[in-house]
Amino acid sequence: MITRRETMAMGLGAATITLIPISVNAAADDAIAAYTGGASVSEGGVMITAPEIAENGNTVPISVEAPGAAEIALYADGNPTPGVAVFKFGPAAGSHRASTRIRLGGTQDVVAVAKMPDGSFQQAAVEVKVTIGGCGG
Amino acid sequence: MSDVKPRIRLPRTAKAGQAAEIKTLVSHVMETGLRKDSDGNTIPRMIINRFTCEYGGEMVLDMALEGAVSANPYVEFDIMIGEATEVVFTWYEDGGAVYTETKELSFG
Repeated sequence: MITRRETMAMGLGAATITLIPISVNAAADDAIAAYTGGASVSEGGVMITAPEIAENGNTVPISVEAPGAAEIALYADGNPTPGVAVFKFGPAAGSHRASTRIRLGGTQDVVAVAKMPDGSFQQAAVEVKVTIGGCGG
Repeated sequence: MSDVKPRIRLPRTAKAGQAAEIKTLVSHVMETGLRKDSDGNTIPRMIINRFTCEYGGEMVLDMALEGAVSANPYVEFDIMIGEATEVVFTWYEDGGAVYTETKELSFG
């Protein structure tokens, strides 16, 4: 027999579970804030090329490009650790673009933050739908 | 680890003053440190945490990698070809191991 108190406790448990995605996004926001040092980030200026649907979350091809950028940082806001990679372009770089393959634990936004030489930041995000997650779970 | 094997593709013919694409792939498990083995013990993190490409004493790309980069990390980027021929690629592994590979550009 389930008492009223137990029912309420279960409801509380469910509420906690639904809160988790929000805290994960906050982790990504924190990681981005740590990277930018709290500076404001404007939208645009970065191009992300990613598949709309990735069947295998273990290797998702991602390409980032930000003309003139000194660095591009890549984040996956739904992963257990949101940081993915930081590309620093040196004086011998032929362009400000790079491609790699990343792991995505599930359907989520991939965020690219570009650091411009004047110290300003620009970002773009793209949603990738993942059929099978790539976090070993 | 002994199974770290870099593979690099340079442009077939290089021309000074032109940007050219370089593709690199290094065989590596990129163990995230999040997985557990069959006994429930966490498998410690073992990833390539940094990759650099240098050309003529200057940096082309300096990349920081996290566990979210796939196994056998693949990186594709562009180099601005100058006079130098040697391109140096370096992978830094957790635990301090460093793998270096030097390739020569062929000018056509």
